[in-house]
Formats: sequence, C-alpha cells, structure tokens
Amino acid sequence: MLINKPADIRQSEITSEQNYLNRRDFIRAGSIAGASVLAGTAFGAVIPEGERAKLPDVSKSAFSTIEAPNSYEDVTTYNNYYEFGTGKEDPYRNAGQFESRPWSITVDGHAEKTGTFHFEDFMKPFDLEERIYRMRCVEAWSMVIPWVGISLADVVKHFQPTSSAKYVAFETLNDPVRMPGQRRRVLEWPYKEGLTIAEATNPLAILAVGVYGETLPNQNGAPIRLVVPWKYGFKGIKGIVRISFTEEKPPVSWNIAAANEYGFYANVNPEVNHPRWSQASERAIGGGLFAPRKPTRMFNGYGEQVAHLYDGLDLRKNF
Amino acid sequence: MNTLQKVRFVGKPLVFLLCLLPAALVVGDAFGITGQLSANPVEDILDRFGNWAIRLIMITLSVTPLRQITGWNWLTRFRRMLGLFTFFYALMHFLTWLLLDRGLAVDPAFQWAAIFEDLTERPFITIGFAALLLLTVMAVTSTNGMRRRMRQAWDKLHYSVYAVGVLGVWHYWWQVKKDTSDAWIYAIILAVLLGYRVWTRYRKPVRA
Repeated sequence: MLINKPADIRQSEITSEQNYLNRRDFIRAGSIAGASVLAGTAFGAVIPEGERAKLPDVSKSAFSTIEAPNSYEDVTTYNNYYEFGTGKEDPYRNAGQFESRPWSITVDGHAEKTGTFHFEDFMKPFDLEERIYRMRCVEAWSMVIPWVGISLADVVKHFQPTSSAKYVAFETLNDPVRMPGQRRRVLEWPYKEGLTIAEATNPLAILAVGVYGETLPNQNGAPIRLVVPWKYGFKGIKGIVRISFTEEKPPVSWNIAAANEYGFYANVNPEVNHPRWSQASERAIGGGLFAPRKPTRMFNGYGEQVAHLYDGLDLRKNF
Repeated sequence: MNTLQKVRFVGKPLVFLLCLLPAALVVGDAFGITGQLSANPVEDILDRFGNWAIRLIMITLSVTPLRQITGWNWLTRFRRMLGLFTFFYALMHFLTWLLLDRGLAVDPAFQWAAIFEDLTERPFITIGFAALLLLTVMAVTSTNGMRRRMRQAWDKLHYSVYAVGVLGVWHYWWQVKKDTSDAWIYAIILAVLLGYRVWTRYRKPVRA
C-alpha cells in the first residue's frame, strides 16, 4: 500500500506571499539607494531593478525619428519573443513572472577584455540615451519605439576586440524553467544573433535597457536586448547573456530554422520579398482598422547611415 | 414535437445563432463592447474569420461520420447550414484581406496590380482563393431547386467539399511563420475525417 509522505515543510515555515514581496521591495529599495550613491560619484548608466522603474540620466539623441511613437500598450502587448510563446500576445501574458535579476553577461572570444559581468557592472561604463526608432518586422508590420539604451559601438570598443574579431555574436538566456516557450523546440535554443563588426560599430546600433524612459518590460527583452533599426525585428535579440567576438560568421537562429527565408543580414528591403509574402509594404501598428498599408523603405529609412556598409554586396543574394 | 420539428424549430435556430457568435464577437470587439481587438486589429479580424472558416469546414465534414456512427440521421439536416457558414466565414476572411488589409476600401493608392500579384505569386493566397471559389459555387448551388435541377451533377460538384478541406488546411499551413502546431492539429482532424470515408468505402461491398 502506498502511503503518501507528508510534506516536509511545515505550514509555519512557508514565507507568506506578502512577506516574500516585502522582502523583494526591501532589497530593491536598498539596491536603488546604493546605486544612486554610486551615480553621484561615477559616470555611467545605473539601472534600477523592476519593471517600469524610471531610468535616470537619459540624454536625447539626434538619431531619433520625429515620428510619433506607438502607445506603451502597443509596444508591450504585441511582441515576438518565442521564449514566451509564439502568439503575439503570449510574451505579454507569459513573461510577467520572469525575474531578470540577478543577471550576468559573458563576454568572450577575440577581445582584450573578456569575462562574466554582473549586469549592473556591465552597464556602468556607458551612458543612457533615448533613441526613437522605427521597427520593421519581417512579418510586414511596423512600430515606432522610444528605446533607452547604450551605444553598441561604445560597448564593442570598451572590450577591445582584436584584429581577428570580424563578427559580434549574441545569445539569449537558455532556461526552459523561466522561459516556458523553450520547452518546445520551435527554434533551436538558445536564440542566437550576430552582426559584422562594422554593423555593430555603426552609431545606430544600440543595446536597449528601457522603453519610454523606464526599465524594459520582460516581454520586450529585459534586462538587455539588441536594437538594429535598419534590419528586420528578429535581429533584435532579447534577454542577452553572452556576447562573443568571432572570426567566423556566427550561426543565427532564423537562418538555422529556414535558410531560404531568413538570411544573416536581414536588412529591411522592399525589393527582396520573403518567399511567401511581399515586403513592399507594411502595416503600421496603431493606425486602427481603416489605415492603409504604407510603403516599406530601403534599410527601413536609415540608408543614409548604413547603406555604405553594404557597398558592392548583392543584397538579393545576401538577404 | 417529433424529431424533425425539434430540428426545425429548436436545433436549427440554435445552431444558426451559435455559428453567428464568432462573427458577432468580432464586431463586438471592434466596437470595444465585448472585448478588444489586438494591437494589429486588421490581422486579428483576418485571423479570426479564417480560423472559423477552417473550424467550420471540419465541423461540416464531421456530420456524415457522426451520423453513420450514432445512427442519428437528423444530423444531416444541419449539413447545409454548416456548409453555408463555412462559406460565410471564408468570404469575410477574403473581404477583410481585400478591403482592409490590401486596402481596397481605405487606401487611395490601392492598386489592383498588387492584388493580382498576391493572388498569382503567393501560392498560399492562390490556394486560399481557389478554396473560396469552390465554396462560392457550392453555396450558389445549395438550394433545393438547384439540387433537383442538377441531379447527379450536384453530388459530383459538392464532393469538392473535400478539396476545400485540403486547400483550407494547406493555405493555413503555408502562411504560418514557424510554429505549425495548430496547423498539425487541423491536418490530423482532416486526415481522420477523410480517412474515415476511404475506410467505410472499401470496408463493405458497394450495394447496387
């Protein structure tokens, strides 16, 4: 006869949810207080913990578009982040419980400075900027998003890549317990992305840690994600835990999944259609039911800043 | 009330209202009464009409196997209504695409050339459109009078409901970006429904 063993934790020993939450608040308040002391003495980005915490010392950028940004609701409820499900609203629904702290980022490969850094330490040398960018998804919809982030070029320079470093590769956290979407092999986990060194040091590329002046919500890739506005949205890898300087072109997730549909470059290009749908136009989110589609622009309208990166490259073959 | 009266005065009105419910919810959500459309409302409406067209073709194709297994012959009486609702949702799906998504109703720069390109050069759209054409022909010929006039040709024509099932699932499958799990579910249901027909046909000798 099978006798169920009683739970070996007494009811009185279990921390009540309220106390647990209080404890978190206590730690959070402490870390913010500690951080602001540091901010007074040192330069650089200080990132408070928690969703929707206001980011301090954010400067404006000349790279921002003057187009009106999408609503906070649009930006945070309509996302592709397969680590939390494949539906557009799945990340919003499923990422709420995700804890993005403590977080560490490993920098490795062909660079003078490598190692594993606490997220807070990783951020310290850099300055926060607001960058209001257009975002064009490969699925032919688009948004305007007011990111807050740090220049990826500054990050690359900081770690001093050697002459062998031709590419920068990124990886997302691989943790099926915390990221329920990873329990199904819709894509190969962890999610991987990559840029050439020239792309990574283009002044438009940023690592975003916030949106609308506040810390990044989990569904948008907390605590840190890539934003490369002249490329399709899937290049913007979320929840980054690893940055590698490589000599070889790194494998990237959507290219692994369907090489004929998604290339390494993934530059926005209205003249090169997806094999199954047209890329000539896009639906701007937030226009409502009766807004027409709008024409998609080469390099998502950022040609002036990035077109030279692809001189002599056949963009039909290197899509 | 006898069975036929129950079907006519209770069953049919009830099924009619049930079939109308998904469309009513789309309208309700569009006006913010029953809920809300997603951040991409056109896509939301397009997907919902399309999904219900697929679900209803499956339900329509379930009528005959269910009748044969249970012996409830009155189920046949719902077949035409279910088929017509399949057509209705497929048509709404198509009109949403044409009028709102491609912009015939809202875009001053609307171009038929772009529509033609989509219909001919995007195979998943071609397939979906073919399914809609077949559904249209079946809907037009679904009246008692047409059935009488067309005799055996009517049966032959309306066998294309199987083709609609296959084209519909194919159309769904081909537009999915990566996660084909829902497409698999529809494909398996369709395989069971069509497999059942093949099985019953070859199991017993055909009677004269």
